[in-house]
Amino acid sequence: MRTAPVSVSPADARIAAKPPLRRFHQASWDEPLLFELSSPGERGVLVPGPQVPLDDSLPAGLRRQDPPGLPELSQLHVLRHYLRLSQENLGVDLNIDVGQGTCTMKYSPKINDQFVRDPGVAELHPLQDERTVQGVLEIIYRLERMLAEISGMDRVSLQPGAGSAAIYTNVAMIRAYFAACGELEQRDEVITTIFSHPSNAACAKTAGFKVITLYPDADGYPDLEALKAAVGPRTAALLITNPEDTGIFNPRIEEFVRVVHEAGGLACYDQANANGILGITRARDAGFDLCHFNLHKTFSTPHACGGPAAGACGVSEALAPYLPRPTVEFDGGSYWLNDDRPASVGKIRPFYGVIPNLVRAYAWIMSLGAEGLREVAEIAVLNNNYLMKKVLEIRGVSAPYAEGRRRIEQVRYSWAELAEDTGVHSEDIGVRAADFGTHYWTSHHPFVVPEPMTLEPTESYSRADLDEYAAILAEVAREAYEDAEVVRTAPHNSTVHRVRPDTLDSPETWAVTWRAYRRKILGE
Amino acid sequence: MTGVREPFVHPYIPNAVPAIKQAMLAEVGAADIEEFYADVPESIRLHRPLDLPAPMRSEAALARHVGGLLRRNVSTRDTLSFLGAGVYQHHVPAVVDEVVNRSEFLTAYAGEPYEDHGRFQALWEYQSLMGELLEMDVVTVPVYDGYQAAGTGLRMAGRITGARRLLITTAIDPGKLSKIQDYVAPVHDVIVLPVSPDTGLADLDAVRTELAAGDVAAVYAEAPSALGIIDPALPSLSRLAHEAGALYVVGCNPMSLGVVAPPAAYGADIACGDVQPLGLHMSFGGLNAGFIATRDEERFVAEFPSRLFGVVPTEVEGEYGFGDVAYERTSFALREEGKEWVGTAAALNGITAGVYLAVMGPQGMREIGETIMANTRYAMERLAALPGIEVPYAAAAHFADFAVRFTGAASTQEINDALLERGIFGGAALSETDALYCVTEVHSKDDIDHLAATLKELVK
Repeated sequence: MRTAPVSVSPADARIAAKPPLRRFHQASWDEPLLFELSSPGERGVLVPGPQVPLDDSLPAGLRRQDPPGLPELSQLHVLRHYLRLSQENLGVDLNIDVGQGTCTMKYSPKINDQFVRDPGVAELHPLQDERTVQGVLEIIYRLERMLAEISGMDRVSLQPGAGSAAIYTNVAMIRAYFAACGELEQRDEVITTIFSHPSNAACAKTAGFKVITLYPDADGYPDLEALKAAVGPRTAALLITNPEDTGIFNPRIEEFVRVVHEAGGLACYDQANANGILGITRARDAGFDLCHFNLHKTFSTPHACGGPAAGACGVSEALAPYLPRPTVEFDGGSYWLNDDRPASVGKIRPFYGVIPNLVRAYAWIMSLGAEGLREVAEIAVLNNNYLMKKVLEIRGVSAPYAEGRRRIEQVRYSWAELAEDTGVHSEDIGVRAADFGTHYWTSHHPFVVPEPMTLEPTESYSRADLDEYAAILAEVAREAYEDAEVVRTAPHNSTVHRVRPDTLDSPETWAVTWRAYRRKILGE
Repeated sequence: MTGVREPFVHPYIPNAVPAIKQAMLAEVGAADIEEFYADVPESIRLHRPLDLPAPMRSEAALARHVGGLLRRNVSTRDTLSFLGAGVYQHHVPAVVDEVVNRSEFLTAYAGEPYEDHGRFQALWEYQSLMGELLEMDVVTVPVYDGYQAAGTGLRMAGRITGARRLLITTAIDPGKLSKIQDYVAPVHDVIVLPVSPDTGLADLDAVRTELAAGDVAAVYAEAPSALGIIDPALPSLSRLAHEAGALYVVGCNPMSLGVVAPPAAYGADIACGDVQPLGLHMSFGGLNAGFIATRDEERFVAEFPSRLFGVVPTEVEGEYGFGDVAYERTSFALREEGKEWVGTAAALNGITAGVYLAVMGPQGMREIGETIMANTRYAMERLAALPGIEVPYAAAAHFADFAVRFTGAASTQEINDALLERGIFGGAALSETDALYCVTEVHSKDDIDHLAATLKELVK
């Protein structure tokens, strides 16, 4: 038995209070590449051997000559490698994830993950007899009806794989609609705004439309006069977000829709930023013909390192014939898949959608109900305005446009003053913020707001979380003014140090795979 | 049991605690939440609660409700299934699920290489593992699925060649064809060349005729085709395409590549497909990720819409860093002036496939390919031996899928109904008479014998 030294007192056992900012350091395993861990002959898993004779029908020219150069590792070593990489990654569950603005980083409930691992989801084949998949079809059907109510739209498709795929699906439906009207040759222009996600412009172009982009007016709203000048007989559609990435709700949105309708075009609402207006206002109520939600944003499905996600397209009755096929229908007794939709744009992805995320989104809405969704919106907006108050107390930052007005779900800030004063740029601040265990995002390109930073605190974070995030930004701003070198040379507490990206743009030096790296860089 | 004690604070919304909410409102000088919505005009306000089902507020109630719905499904865990046709039942090693269910991966998003180094490395390794399997130096971060990969692969070929026409030369799934047709419609014409009804193989004369007509951007083939066939003409199609100045785009099942030559080995310029077989649960057809691979030539790399991660040095000797290769291609950088579009797609499913390939290794991939081909051949022979059943394209090599023709009075649907009554999911219907059956490594000889014995009773 150990004996205590004679001269201790309770003061010796006292642990000092935490400093105001967390002393964070990210895991840094200095982990080699998987290929460097390979040890010939090791096996990660054994597979069933054939109980029947081998097949020799493959022509010699189509038989693989050399075994693939995959690494050979025991099971533990594969697991350990990936667990180390996971520790070098900052999921929502680990951090105050308010810094990836526009991404709606919210809590993805664990119970919903359990549902999708159930064999009743995970082990279903999509071509099973409908009688054997009534439960999952009912979930899809009910989720569609709930999203129809939330958007005010008549029909919803859950087939798109993510937000941009949903934007593309809407554009494809717009194209099919005008083709059916015999107006596609004439209506070859799509109008969008610079503060809408780049995929609005890019999907429209991919689908064959010319793109017209509206810039903000002096108040930060999309320019209504520019819209009036842009619309005409060539207008197929307006693709617009509201609130835009600035967080400012466009109060003249009905007029935007009216102007487009009067020109014979369709109005399509990118609802990536819907989290703050759930139960407050709906796409259909502002006159939109189409809209889409990102289920991985507003409806809580996990972001999964960048997908799988899920998108939902909502349309008015007039656009319903063009929805992707099949649709899920209910005849009062059972649920069934309707593939007999001759006007449909066809398939957007294999089968019926990203099913695990549809199950999660369904469960999330069912856990909240109408009142809960409204509370989600209200608290997200409260959190955003609270964080804005805290952030605007920091030296060197501003919230351009609509001064003195409230924001909805997020704010696009500007560090222009700080950059002018110190030479420290928004990207530097972002890298330094990583030293405190947080994410940080600037903005999509082009940077219309100079030195941008976009924060979106959703409903998931507590007041203490928001205070901590604001304190991190305040500290980094203080450093920029007093000791800019600390910020410019960040990260200091990350897994790795600053990368040297100049080789990524040259065909001689970029290396997208291990085999390319060995060939080009190592000269093997 | 949907109710909870009122008042309550929802566990997903911490600042719903009334005292905190009031304090925060006071802090920002707002009388109430309504003030934040001052810009939303009355005319578009929803002046009623949303009409949604009553919520299951307690987690226990939610679990009971959703669990009840899921129990109305009958899964392949409990039923012997011979369904394939684009989604394949394979064993998913436990270690794969262990990794991809990690919160750190599952809930991360789009962080920079400093906060999310692990994601960058895992995705770069995925690209690298697929590169080894495909024998190609450039592999994209996952796109949504194999349909999207085919659509984008073909549009890339179109941008590289400047030509308009696309030739589909092997049997193709109608769903995938629908996606391709919609996706390329603004810039391409799709010409579907029917395969020989006798052999299921590509019609090389028809291919030559269409190539001679000119303006062909790509010859597209699949290995295996939608009929499960590894067409012996795959190398010939490459020669024909290249002689005509077209690119050769090949869709393949990555699970086959331990045994079957990768498309690059017989001349493909662009390889594409879906990684679902590599460790992704079938999930009612909902878990996919598309891959697109090319040689490491600037004219190919410049046409990728999606992100390509590259490995780079950092300031510290011996440390790996990662970043975006040729980012200025993308719509993130250039909006509509970028290539097609890029957005959130299916990154974690790529990591899943990477973990799968890491545990399988070269030997595992060869063995599983051999087992699947052996089982496929055995199943074809067992069923072909039954009176009332033909296996129409039996001369060709097959992988997993194969077509079956019922020559008796019963239709495909009737046979599937009867099989379902006997606890078997029969093959996917191709027509009134034909069905696509599928076997993989999860099927034992007994399973196949049981199918044969059951069908023998049904078709006699």
